[in-house]
Amino acid sequence: MEHRWGMAIDLDRCTGCEACVAACHAENNLPLSDPESAAKGRAVHWIRVDRYYEGEFPDIRVRYMPVLCQHCDNAPCEPVCPVYATYQNHEGLNVQVHNRCVGTRYCGNNCPYSVRFFNWFEPRWPAPLELQHNPDVAVRPGGVMEKCTFCIHRIQRGKRDARDENRPVADGDVQPACAQACPAEAITFGDLNDPDSKVSRLAASGRATRLLEDLGTKPKVFYLQRGR
Amino acid sequence: MTTVPAAAIPRLQSREDLWRPLRGASRPYIVAVALAALAVAWGLIAWGYQIHQGIGVAGIRRPVMWGFYIVNFVFWIGISHAGTLISAILRLTHAGWRRPVTRVAEAITVFALMIGGLFPLIHLGRVWLFYWLVPYPNERGLWPNFRSPLVWDLTAIFTYLTGSVIYLYLPLIPDLAELSRKTGGWRARLYGLLCLGWTGSDRQWRALERAMKLMAGIILAVAVSVHTVVAWDFAMSLAPTWHSTIFGPYFVVGAIFSGIAALLLVMAIARKALRLESYLQPMHFENLSRLLVLMSLLWFYFTVAENLTVWYGNEPQEMSVFGARVRGPYAPYFWVMVLCNFVVPFVLLGVRRLRSIRTATISAVAVLVGMWLERYLIIVPTLATPRLAAAWGSYSPTWVEISITSATFAAMTLLYLIFAKLFPIIAIWEYHHVSDG
Repeated sequence: MEHRWGMAIDLDRCTGCEACVAACHAENNLPLSDPESAAKGRAVHWIRVDRYYEGEFPDIRVRYMPVLCQHCDNAPCEPVCPVYATYQNHEGLNVQVHNRCVGTRYCGNNCPYSVRFFNWFEPRWPAPLELQHNPDVAVRPGGVMEKCTFCIHRIQRGKRDARDENRPVADGDVQPACAQACPAEAITFGDLNDPDSKVSRLAASGRATRLLEDLGTKPKVFYLQRGR
Repeated sequence: MTTVPAAAIPRLQSREDLWRPLRGASRPYIVAVALAALAVAWGLIAWGYQIHQGIGVAGIRRPVMWGFYIVNFVFWIGISHAGTLISAILRLTHAGWRRPVTRVAEAITVFALMIGGLFPLIHLGRVWLFYWLVPYPNERGLWPNFRSPLVWDLTAIFTYLTGSVIYLYLPLIPDLAELSRKTGGWRARLYGLLCLGWTGSDRQWRALERAMKLMAGIILAVAVSVHTVVAWDFAMSLAPTWHSTIFGPYFVVGAIFSGIAALLLVMAIARKALRLESYLQPMHFENLSRLLVLMSLLWFYFTVAENLTVWYGNEPQEMSVFGARVRGPYAPYFWVMVLCNFVVPFVLLGVRRLRSIRTATISAVAVLVGMWLERYLIIVPTLATPRLAAAWGSYSPTWVEISITSATFAAMTLLYLIFAKLFPIIAIWEYHHVSDG
């Protein structure tokens, strides 16, 4: 395995601005929802910012936690799919094959992070937003599951560019849209196989924890937080 | 258990009694068929609408991605256990009183499976690609994922449906042969074709009995495994309170419980509608009522075992689901379920003085309602309360799910009405057969 992609999110830096959410929407051609369908639980956000409140009003502290597909090594969504629409690829990505998905939604039930989204209808965009689709990312049909891809198209492009220039992929060559958009630079992306990459060093730091780690899913997203 | 004296009614009389429903069609019959067909047609329209518009017209949403459809699926597969239990166990144990009951039960099995098996398809996001779950050779070398409980499910249900159709069909053969001799027109041709050249020779009888005994054994094992596999759809997952080792047997017990209830209800209706009072006697209801009480106790035991361990273990994730179920938004359903599944049958049928055909019918309806709620309570609160509290949600069905759900009850009625018009719902030859005790 040449690469093993991973992410580190610094919760002490995150301001909860949701720029990552907006960037992901634009980058990945996510369907938009209106207030009614969002209230119904039909909104699609491959990355979302969960809010946790500490203390009693008015002495309240809010903590933000961006949650996206954790690209688990032991992904619970993978074995339950009856048609292999989701599997672990050779670079450690948990990938979703939209063309193969028949829509049992079993993977969505079995994801402890609730980061899998279903296309309840054919996706629609209010004009003229359909003109700003990213040509690198396929639009998913109705009836299939979708989720964060770690911007796999950007990974491909990074590898292609490096190959054209006859060099290995350097740390920082590949950045998913959320990491690029984060004004606080809270999100770091890179190769966990490279011990010198920034993400590897952050993952090895004492501040790193993983979400619901005790389930044994071995996520590749690391949350950084000062020890308490 | 008490045994009915075999063939208390002379053969000619019983043939007249049991064949009468096959002739003509009364006004209430036609009205019932029309109403049921109308409801089924409406359900099909709703399904068509859902396929055309997208599954979003149903109420399922994130995080409750499985809703009414999967509840109905588990419920109907449970109902299908009526036939296997009553007929296979009673046949294997030579319980003589079973004779007028077996075919009623076996037909429930086949129809409930046909309906239940449809729900995973109705539930699919892209139903037109359902055959991708089937292992068939194809040029792309793609196979289904045999690790997925859904593939086990498909295999189990298909096996069970095949087995139970054979199991319903085998004891029909002698009756079909007799019918083909005694009727005329298209019926004679149909029965003649279906009876596979049955002449009633000794060799054929021996073969039939051996086949029936073999199928009874096989179908029993298949029935237990089918509902275990259905339970594993949930138990194999990581979701709080689903990941439970007793789910297999718990679901099997629930299935047999609801199956007996369905059988009691159908028997009570058939007894009145087809005037079979001298065949489906109070004794049959009495025996089945006792079985229902037994299953009610077993169900209660499993329910206590499941909930007590969750509560005592006090694991936060599981406690959120437990709380939602027992004192949260789902509490009314939970306590109605306990009332319907335990209190009603235990009081009405456990107290000898209260036990009658009427109370058995009331208990049967209560148990059917209660078991449907049980499936709902297993599926929805767990999904609505995922591990990360930020993703918690709720669920309510839309007219599409309600229409399709009602349509399946109508479909059961319709299939049964048609079946009762084509075939005698009591096995005449078995009723008069004395050799097997």
